[in-house]
Amino acid sequence: MDSTSLEPSLYTVKAVFILDNDGNRLLSKYYDPELYPSMKEQKNFERNVFNKTHKADNEISLLEGLTIVYKSSIDLFFYVVGSVQENELMLMSVLNCLFESLSHILRKNVERKCLLDNMEGVFLVVDEIIDGGVILESDPQQVLQKVNYRADENPLSEQSVAQVTHTDTNTPQWHNVTRSIV
Amino acid sequence: MIKKFDKKDEDRSDKTFDALWKSNLIFLLTQSRIFNETPINPRRCLHILTKIIYLLNQGEHFGTTEATEAFFAMTRLFQSNDQTLRRMCYLTIKEMANISEDVIIVTSSLTKDMTGKEDVYRGPAIRALCRITDTTMLQAIERYMKQAIVDKVPSVSSSALVSSLHMVKMSYDVVKRWVNEAQEAASSDNIMVQYHALGLLYHLRKNDRLAVTKMLNKFTKSGLKSPFAYCMLIRIASKLLDETEGGHDSPLFDFIESCLRNKNEMVVYEAASAIVHMPNCTARELAPAVSGHNMLIYYLTALRYAAVRTLNKVAMKHPSAVTACNLDLENLITDSNRSIATLAITTLLKTGSESSVDRLMKQISSFVSEISDEFKVVVVQAISALCQKYPRKHSVMMNFLSNMLRDDGGFEYKRAIVDCIIGIIEENPESKETGLAHLCEFIEDCEHTVLATKILHLLGKEGPRTPQPSKYIRFIFNRVVLESEAVRAAAVSALAKFGAQNDDLLPSVLVLMQRCMMDSDDEVRDRATFYMNVLQQKQKALNAAYIFNGLSVSVPGLEKSLHQYTLEPSERPFDLKSVPLASAPITEQKTELAPVASSKIPEKLAPSRQDIYQEQLASITEFQGLGPLFKSSEPVQLTEAETEYVVRCIKHTFAGHMVFQFDCTNTLNDQLLQKVRWEERPCGVHSWNTV
Repeated sequence: MDSTSLEPSLYTVKAVFILDNDGNRLLSKYYDPELYPSMKEQKNFERNVFNKTHKADNEISLLEGLTIVYKSSIDLFFYVVGSVQENELMLMSVLNCLFESLSHILRKNVERKCLLDNMEGVFLVVDEIIDGGVILESDPQQVLQKVNYRADENPLSEQSVAQVTHTDTNTPQWHNVTRSIV
Repeated sequence: MIKKFDKKDEDRSDKTFDALWKSNLIFLLTQSRIFNETPINPRRCLHILTKIIYLLNQGEHFGTTEATEAFFAMTRLFQSNDQTLRRMCYLTIKEMANISEDVIIVTSSLTKDMTGKEDVYRGPAIRALCRITDTTMLQAIERYMKQAIVDKVPSVSSSALVSSLHMVKMSYDVVKRWVNEAQEAASSDNIMVQYHALGLLYHLRKNDRLAVTKMLNKFTKSGLKSPFAYCMLIRIASKLLDETEGGHDSPLFDFIESCLRNKNEMVVYEAASAIVHMPNCTARELAPAVSGHNMLIYYLTALRYAAVRTLNKVAMKHPSAVTACNLDLENLITDSNRSIATLAITTLLKTGSESSVDRLMKQISSFVSEISDEFKVVVVQAISALCQKYPRKHSVMMNFLSNMLRDDGGFEYKRAIVDCIIGIIEENPESKETGLAHLCEFIEDCEHTVLATKILHLLGKEGPRTPQPSKYIRFIFNRVVLESEAVRAAAVSALAKFGAQNDDLLPSVLVLMQRCMMDSDDEVRDRATFYMNVLQQKQKALNAAYIFNGLSVSVPGLEKSLHQYTLEPSERPFDLKSVPLASAPITEQKTELAPVASSKIPEKLAPSRQDIYQEQLASITEFQGLGPLFKSSEPVQLTEAETEYVVRCIKHTFAGHMVFQFDCTNTLNDQLLQKVRWEERPCGVHSWNTV
């Protein structure tokens, strides 16, 4: 713990990431260039955090000198990371905004398959909440209005890459499905 | 062959997923020719963009050429009016800005969107544009940025303000010109725009304390609505208070105190934390802050955590202030969040009475294995403080600490425990035997060389004075047989100390020492042979000089003297007496006991004051011919502390010269002292020559 208080700054969030229940990364953004700059360090960090937090569903923890607030739902884990001197309630408000907005987009189905089906919506939501480490918006209603995303009727998972990209028969075939692309 | 997709087969569906999401990135990129189709199919393009961003996020790599090609292809997508597709284009631009060349090709499209009619595009377009802008381009779009900052649409204003902040690093001078616009934006009703405007204004003005003070006064009076802005104001105010060393009757402090009564818990917590962090807070001032925290304990986990963490910090300096919360803290001991429980217990340990110690220790031991290393260290430090407070409880503590030693844990954790045990041993002679026994058990299986050598050193110092020193010899000799070179060397030194102090053990020690002389490492052999010879003389004086008392000269001083000696060839042998004695090293006061943040820089030993002076003087050419520094005096104040400038004098004694060092410090902030002259008035009959 620190004896000096934080330098006043809008940069509050150091990282945000979403993991599945095996600890694999589904989405992650790191906003502090000095924090884990390489992919290897990032994945290492995520693994450590996952190991320490996925068993108990507590909301907040202090690991590797950083404050981490987190939430889980069915088979997903959401994390927001800030400095140890940061106001924890501010980080919580970011986490709540993220979770509420995603809940709405995924029609309450906050689980892995649905998340991957609507990945573009997820990317846009995160982009509207945090920009470069600064909290851009904290009200889920505002976020949803700006993103204006409707969940897909023909989710990506039920189409093959081939069908999405119209390849010819010489290229590698993934699982073929009979659904046609609208 | 087309297989029918069975929707009920969940496993297959998952495999399809993974196959799709892990598909080859390069393969995907080659498909970006899709973007060139007319008419553009938004859904297919969207899917491809999504997958590109996803795979980039997973760590897949792009080559620059492929990235640039894909980027160019993507620019065609601006022709579509699909909102989500356009938004994803902005996102792709941001993600690929670093890996693709000629990104500025999209500047005109982005500028068009930024100033267009579709409000929903303007904010994100601004953010994307500012991500790819450089200094020259920035001046070209300056007009648009200024308009955007004062725009009525909140998302546009916010985006412009935040992007301006990001660009301050790159072009401070340009962004500084937008201060007036930012000021206007700060009077917006929207809570996020207020926050962003305030943040940008502070960042632009933070080197000008007067401007910051004025800004703060204006905003604290005008009553903002945004809780985020309030938190920012509180931090600015406490930083100002810190810099000006303002007292608690300053209006800034009143402002922070008034925030304790704000409706939003985030603000209350920020204010309470700020007050608690102030260096000279009395218990009376802390009381409202503490009760604010107490109230927070009943809310959500995060609030509980925040509250209890701050109470823990308060308890370190003002334990009496926190006793009011003891009842509520006790309820938190059984909290499911282990971090909260640990902090609650350690706070109680600081503020509780002797009778509650047993009960609390039992509760901690039940879950200590589940908490993270950082919190384990916090617990150990709390126990250490407790041992000093209640020396009679040392046996309970010692038991607990030895159990913790046996568990798994990192280096910092084990070190904290070992230090704690050593502390108890030094304070309490009755606990010495148990303590040493626990430490012996620990080094049997310890992987940290630093700890093992430290414990061996301690055993060498304390072991011979115990009633039965022989039982420690077995432990020490095992280390000689089993461990690494550094540990073996330390074990040999420890053995020698036993031999020197206890005559009846001397024959056995000599036998063991003989075996050490066959060791594979030369340091170990050297030490063994040296001690063997000294011990065989059987002279108390020799033992005292060479085995008990270590090097009493300062190590950097010795190094310098040896270096000097090698430079000037001399007939006389090197004289250790010419090396200055070691003065006490400057140790840092550990006032805050806290979870250890993982630091990448290893700790360096604090050099002694004399060594610092030696280095400084040696770097000045005029002083290099004077030889080694013998002694430096303490600084002597030559003026009073309240004058405009303060002068201190330090006398350095060399072999044939005296150097006077005058430190002149200016106590006024806005004045520069120039042309400082020094006059000397010799008094009395001294045969000194001024050089």
